[in-house]
Amino acid sequence: MGELVRDAWLIARKDIAIEFRTRSAFLSAVVFALLGIVICFFAWDTTAVAAVDLAPGVLWVIFTFSGLLGLHRSFGLEQVDRAIDGLLAAPVARESIFLGKALANVAFVIGVQIVAIPAVALFYNLPIGRVILPLASIALLAAIGLVSVGTLFSAMAVNTRLAELLLPMLALPFFVPIVIPAAQATAKLMSGRPVGETIAWLKLLLAFDIVFIVACTLAYPFTLEE
Amino acid sequence: MKATPLSIAAAIAVVAAYVRAIFFTPLEAIQGPAQKILYIHAPAAWVAFLAFGLVALTSALYLWLREDRLDRIAEASAEVGVVFTTVVLITGPLWGKPVWGTYWTWDARLTLTLFLWFVYVAYMVLRGAIEDRSMRARYSAVVGILGALLIPFIHLSVYLFRTLHPQPILMKPGAPSLPSEMLVTLLLAFASFTLLYVALLRVRYRYAVERDDARPAEAYVA
Repeated sequence: MGELVRDAWLIARKDIAIEFRTRSAFLSAVVFALLGIVICFFAWDTTAVAAVDLAPGVLWVIFTFSGLLGLHRSFGLEQVDRAIDGLLAAPVARESIFLGKALANVAFVIGVQIVAIPAVALFYNLPIGRVILPLASIALLAAIGLVSVGTLFSAMAVNTRLAELLLPMLALPFFVPIVIPAAQATAKLMSGRPVGETIAWLKLLLAFDIVFIVACTLAYPFTLEE
Repeated sequence: MKATPLSIAAAIAVVAAYVRAIFFTPLEAIQGPAQKILYIHAPAAWVAFLAFGLVALTSALYLWLREDRLDRIAEASAEVGVVFTTVVLITGPLWGKPVWGTYWTWDARLTLTLFLWFVYVAYMVLRGAIEDRSMRARYSAVVGILGALLIPFIHLSVYLFRTLHPQPILMKPGAPSLPSEMLVTLLLAFASFTLLYVALLRVRYRYAVERDDARPAEAYVA
């Protein structure tokens, strides 16, 4: 178990280092998220519908789509010079490769959130200071769920003829049980309801995370060549 | 494609069920003729769930046993399941308009069916996007299993969503205790649809076998 986590951490560090040195995917995901927020702001009239009712939906829709950008890169990165072969030849468990990739993706998605959440608060003029901690835990739970399924589908999609077209098609239906609880819980928090009212949603997110991390980690080795 | 005795029997059974449903089953007092769509809608939904259940089962067995037949059954069942889900999604709104007053409502069951359709359409697209036969079988088996795991989560989230935001519905789709004439018709429809499913599954399975025989696995290796 310890070895599994240590190897996963090594692989995650590799991916984060690549991303940190190039910053290409992260910057484009952040800019994409900001552009998305701006477009949503003009698409829905905030004088007709209260900003506090719009913002949670905007946040989670943007977040899902910008997450997809990072996820596609995750295994796309390994396609160059068949780097994935080197990774598979390394003396590490295949589950570690998956967990490492997922860990790097969680870091990526959280990075986007750190920019996107304050940006939504700023553009929609929302007071999030009070609820920042519960909001952060929702974001973390959602990020883990999103990434567990997304990383697996990214690993599969890069090997298909459709590649980047297939990833959203496969992944978005799986994001529904993440986006609904996350957006609902966020809406509760932003409209000043007590944290206790979000518990049912948080439980659902947590259950999703546990089931899909385990299932996807176990499924990943099956997607590789024997 | 040659008609097999089974597919002929299934076709006759379906026709018989509808002759009975249309001419020999009484009209429902409140809903009128619209209620008759039940005899397509409910059996199609049952077959869709049966089909996707079989996809999940054969997918899991494939990853364990690596038997090509299991992959072909999953492939055939997913495709037939998508067809029946499409029937469910078309007949449901047609009934909903006169009875509920709206074609579509984000009711938990409707939403779940819609997402099932999305998941298995993606499954079919995935299959079409992979040349290598073994990779195609492994990838689609993984999606087939994850799809089954997803169902309770979608159901739970849309159910919670709906109870938090109740929607005005003219009439609830509760299970009515059917008079025996209608019940017999419905059961007949269920049986004939199940037969039709098995017949279509076999036809589709044979197609997969012939296709794979025509292009042996070596031809795929780049």
